[in-house]
Amino acid sequence: MDFFNKIPVMDRDALRELKKGIDLSFKNFSREYGDAIEGFFDPLLSFLIFLEKLLVNTPWPIVIGVFGLLAWVGSRNYKLVIGTVVCFVVIGYFGMWKNCMATVAIISVSTLVCIVVGIPIGVIMSKSSRAEKAILPVLDMMQTIPSFVYLIPIIMLLGIGKVPGLIAVCIYALPPVVRLTNLGIREVDKETLEAADAFGATPMQKLRSVQIPLSLPTIFAGVNQTIMMALAMVVIASMIGVRGLGVPILQAISNQYLALGLMNGLAIVALAIIFDRITQEYGNRIQRHRGITKK
Amino acid sequence: MQLMVVIINFFPLIYEIVLLQDHCKMSKIEINNIYKIFGNKPQTVMQMVKDGATKEEVLEKTGHTVGLDNVSLKIEEGETFVCMGLSGSGKSTLIRHLNRLIEPTSGEILVEGTNVMSLNKQELIEFRRHKMSMVFQRFGLFPHKTVIQNVAYGLEMRDISQEERDKIAMEKIEAVGLSGFENQYPNQLSGGMQQRVGLARALATDSDIMLMDEAFSALDPLIRSDMQKQLISLQSELKKTIVFITHDLDESLRLGNHIAILNAGKLVQVGTPVDIVMNPADDYVAAFVKDVNRAKVLRAKVIMTDAKEGQPSGENRLKVHEDEFLEEFLPKIVLKDVIVDVVDSSGDIKGYITNKELQSSLVKS
Repeated sequence: MDFFNKIPVMDRDALRELKKGIDLSFKNFSREYGDAIEGFFDPLLSFLIFLEKLLVNTPWPIVIGVFGLLAWVGSRNYKLVIGTVVCFVVIGYFGMWKNCMATVAIISVSTLVCIVVGIPIGVIMSKSSRAEKAILPVLDMMQTIPSFVYLIPIIMLLGIGKVPGLIAVCIYALPPVVRLTNLGIREVDKETLEAADAFGATPMQKLRSVQIPLSLPTIFAGVNQTIMMALAMVVIASMIGVRGLGVPILQAISNQYLALGLMNGLAIVALAIIFDRITQEYGNRIQRHRGITKK
Repeated sequence: MQLMVVIINFFPLIYEIVLLQDHCKMSKIEINNIYKIFGNKPQTVMQMVKDGATKEEVLEKTGHTVGLDNVSLKIEEGETFVCMGLSGSGKSTLIRHLNRLIEPTSGEILVEGTNVMSLNKQELIEFRRHKMSMVFQRFGLFPHKTVIQNVAYGLEMRDISQEERDKIAMEKIEAVGLSGFENQYPNQLSGGMQQRVGLARALATDSDIMLMDEAFSALDPLIRSDMQKQLISLQSELKKTIVFITHDLDESLRLGNHIAILNAGKLVQVGTPVDIVMNPADDYVAAFVKDVNRAKVLRAKVIMTDAKEGQPSGENRLKVHEDEFLEEFLPKIVLKDVIVDVVDSSGDIKGYITNKELQSSLVKS
């Protein structure tokens, strides 16, 4: 009867020993390899610092001009350019310029990392169904596991600072670009692929000349999603020492500063909208000549 | 000594005869006992199919689909060989075996004596680059490439320089009548024009063998007829070996030197267009040819009575070439009640056609 009323529990001491054991072995691991891993990420760190300094130290009209230009190149839409410029001016006017630039820097770097890591993984997944089966659950886990949980080992390993923040952002933001690269390549028309095969394309030639170009719009939708998710991580990243718009929000939470939180929150929203519109417009533009979206 | 001289004098002739025999033995493409079974464990079903189980039985008992059932064919150099059948008959599966886009479950395919099945990956790629090109039903064009880039695709795969491939591609674009469209994207062109791009792309690699998978089936009738004409005129210059897949009897009669008819993965009949129309092998083929316009298929020399069997007398006479289709001179006979003298290219009379021959050839058997 006792069995039905009480769920079997592992012996308390044993459980404690188990947890201790895991903690200890990870601590030993981080003591052993922490420096090496940190060293591995050094180039990324210096690039991030360089970008942040560049954005902060360059006179603001030039920075806004460059953003406006990027908006134009991406979308060819003057409304979007005006919107971009106005948003940045307003953000600056309310005293959030430096934080905003720090956020732009970390978003850019993490998006770049996600693209460089994610697209090849997506390609491998699209080529091998076995790889897809193995990687999909990992992606699911990356997206569902609470961010605080993977912050623990990252902090144990690398301490507090920009690099752990960057890694946390990347873990959260990577899945969409991988998923959509995989999807995009798998969706390429079968007859088009047969044509490439029939004319003697090697798998690499087929990938470069047909599969990647034809799945580019889908891959781009993935990049767009990745940027959005990276922005969503800004506040959590600021908890482990990443500068940016998240820091004042954290202050606002602990001190109940409504206005401060609201302003910085809206600044993040503004950034999200600008990035989203520009990348979406660009994605549409590269498929327009294919007649998929006619305008 | 004299014997030697004789032998030496005749040597070229003997040599030629030997070559000719060699040539007769070796078709351009030989397909020997190809089976294709779709499913998880095709090998386990092979014996059942070889023992003569029908497609339905196999599907019901094992869940496997029989694509091709013991198909053997010989396709000669320079001919247009048409494979015909309804959808599901395995014709598209068959053509994809020739360049191994689909692997057979069993059987061999010889192209110019090379067993395609024995090629490794790299050899297969080289084989596809040089020996065969292909035209697809829904065109299979690359939507992100311009017309000229599409046409040059096969050459690009061969790592031919940009300059060279643009030159060749432009020639082929001209040959199919698309000059001026080379920098457009496929979706800016009509269906007929897109298939011309597909045709030009296949021509650009200058391979001996062209596979055309329902190439004109997606086009509307007027454009289809146009494309058929263009293919015939191109073929009269190029003399390629064309394997053409279609479900349209008129198209196969018009284009084919030989026609193979497939039904449910089995080869039902192989023959010239006249064979197919005049002597259908079974009910399936008979049903196919029932409504065909025979005057379009039959040539004068097929229905004529041989000149050796006596000359019919009559005042009204009409001279036609032996290769002319009945359709072309039929109205003249019917209107004037004439006797037709069938002549060959040098003008010699080979035979005669009177109302009697007309009647027996045009009435449905």
